[in-house]
Amino acid sequence: MIQIFAKEFNGFLNSLIAYIVIGVFLTGIGMLMWVFPETAVLDYGYADMDTLFSLGPYVFIFLIPAITMRSFAEEKKMGTMELLLTKPLSEWDIIMGKFLAGFALVLVAVIPTLIYYYSVYLLGEPTGNIDTPGVIGSYIGLILLGGVFCSIGIFASSITPNQIVSFVAAAFLCLIFYSGFDSFSSLITEGGWALRIKQLGILDHYDSMSRGLIDSRDLLYFFSVTGLMLLLTKTVLSSRQW
Amino acid sequence: MSLQIQNLTKIYDQQKAVDSISFSVKEGEIVGFLGPNGAGKSTTMKIVTGYLPPSSGIVKVGGYDVQEQPLHVKKIIGYLPEHNPLYLDMYVHEYLGFVGGLYGLKERALKSRVEEIIALCGLTLEQNKKLESLSKGYRQRAGLAQALLHDPGVLILDEPTSGLDPNQIIEIRKVIKEVSRNKTVLFSSHIMQEVQALCDRVIVINKGKIVADDQLSNLLQHRGGSTLVVEFKEEVNIDELSSIEGVASVTTLSAFKCKVHVQPGVDVRSELFKYASDKNRSLIELKVEEHSMESIFKELTSEEKEK
Repeated sequence: MIQIFAKEFNGFLNSLIAYIVIGVFLTGIGMLMWVFPETAVLDYGYADMDTLFSLGPYVFIFLIPAITMRSFAEEKKMGTMELLLTKPLSEWDIIMGKFLAGFALVLVAVIPTLIYYYSVYLLGEPTGNIDTPGVIGSYIGLILLGGVFCSIGIFASSITPNQIVSFVAAAFLCLIFYSGFDSFSSLITEGGWALRIKQLGILDHYDSMSRGLIDSRDLLYFFSVTGLMLLLTKTVLSSRQW
Repeated sequence: MSLQIQNLTKIYDQQKAVDSISFSVKEGEIVGFLGPNGAGKSTTMKIVTGYLPPSSGIVKVGGYDVQEQPLHVKKIIGYLPEHNPLYLDMYVHEYLGFVGGLYGLKERALKSRVEEIIALCGLTLEQNKKLESLSKGYRQRAGLAQALLHDPGVLILDEPTSGLDPNQIIEIRKVIKEVSRNKTVLFSSHIMQEVQALCDRVIVINKGKIVADDQLSNLLQHRGGSTLVVEFKEEVNIDELSSIEGVASVTTLSAFKCKVHVQPGVDVRSELFKYASDKNRSLIELKVEEHSMESIFKELTSEEKEK
């Protein structure tokens, strides 16, 4: 698994993917947080990081599928999947190696935003007047959300040898999981069902974590969706029918 | 390490790609796997290497069942797939390092092994190039290097020389011949000369079924026997020639020249000389046309179609 992880991660670094992903994420979020008046912290006047945590997921919806779209699609197209599958590796080694490499790149992109926390922390009046537990919870939520998106991207990549199909399918699935269930639940007027459907989506759990409340149910949700997607990938891979 | 296949069947949708074939390859044997395109060679190899699951049947490599202990099997097999897939954006030594890592080689052992295999496969001058910039012949060497890296006991090569020019084919063959000592090799091709050059034993497969499985020399001898081209200074008397014991039939090529088809396993050359001297004819040419693999192949694979 480590070898696959290393190969994938080196692949990101050797191609432009890593730099573009990190660059686009940081530029986009940086502009939104500090420059554009509608969303900038400085104009808003409150010492919080809501901009990062509410808009970050939308940036991820585009960026993470771009990271993961080639992972299996490319291997299938080039025929190198046959090479990997005839080496002494289990299918889980391959899936987890690829998943963790994508996830690691997401982490690398997110880590520099800790500077934003420090800046907002200093800007607060009085200094340090920021909801630190809320920020920690939001960061955990954002990272877990990145994990879910990576697993969706890996799955989408496993069903097709075409990278564009993989990208579009992944972005669409990410959007459905992020806010689709939430929007759909608003169509339903019957109380009980609306809540249940809402809870299927990421947004509900993400919001609850951003309040600084780390609930085991939310953690369980994120881990199960990630696990489910990877399991689906394994099923597709084992079928050997792409 | 040996290789055993028992009643192997693979069905794609409705079509039987491999139909209940059984054979085994002994340790140290080089076996050529022949057949026309679409005969099931690649499918069989993909099943042996654990890439595809069989529909039914058992495959054992070095005593391990491919279905039950896939990781053990994959460790002792070196496999060069058809079309030789490579990570084209990697450098040659980087690629071999990656593959070595998959087999659990580490640091110094890995480094020295990669150097060794680069030298063995004649890639020394190309090792710092990217795979995408290599010519087809060198790519094939890289593919072979990848298959040989962990010194596997069983080597499975799927059309290792397809698409190469004649010089490259000879070079690749040389490498295969060199490394295949003490290894069990199953190697597919539809080029007959290649099989003649490399293998001890041939398995011919057609439409998913084995149509011949024999030592190469036996196959050459028993299938149709040999053919002699004979030329006399005088006109040929077909009836006289046909009456020689061991001659199956005679076809004339010109008034003075004819082809003598000999029954399997018989040598009629001395009889021919005797005939010529007895009848006072001058025999000016006698050429043995070995019954080539090609015609045997044609015979075996078209026979099946008529049924």
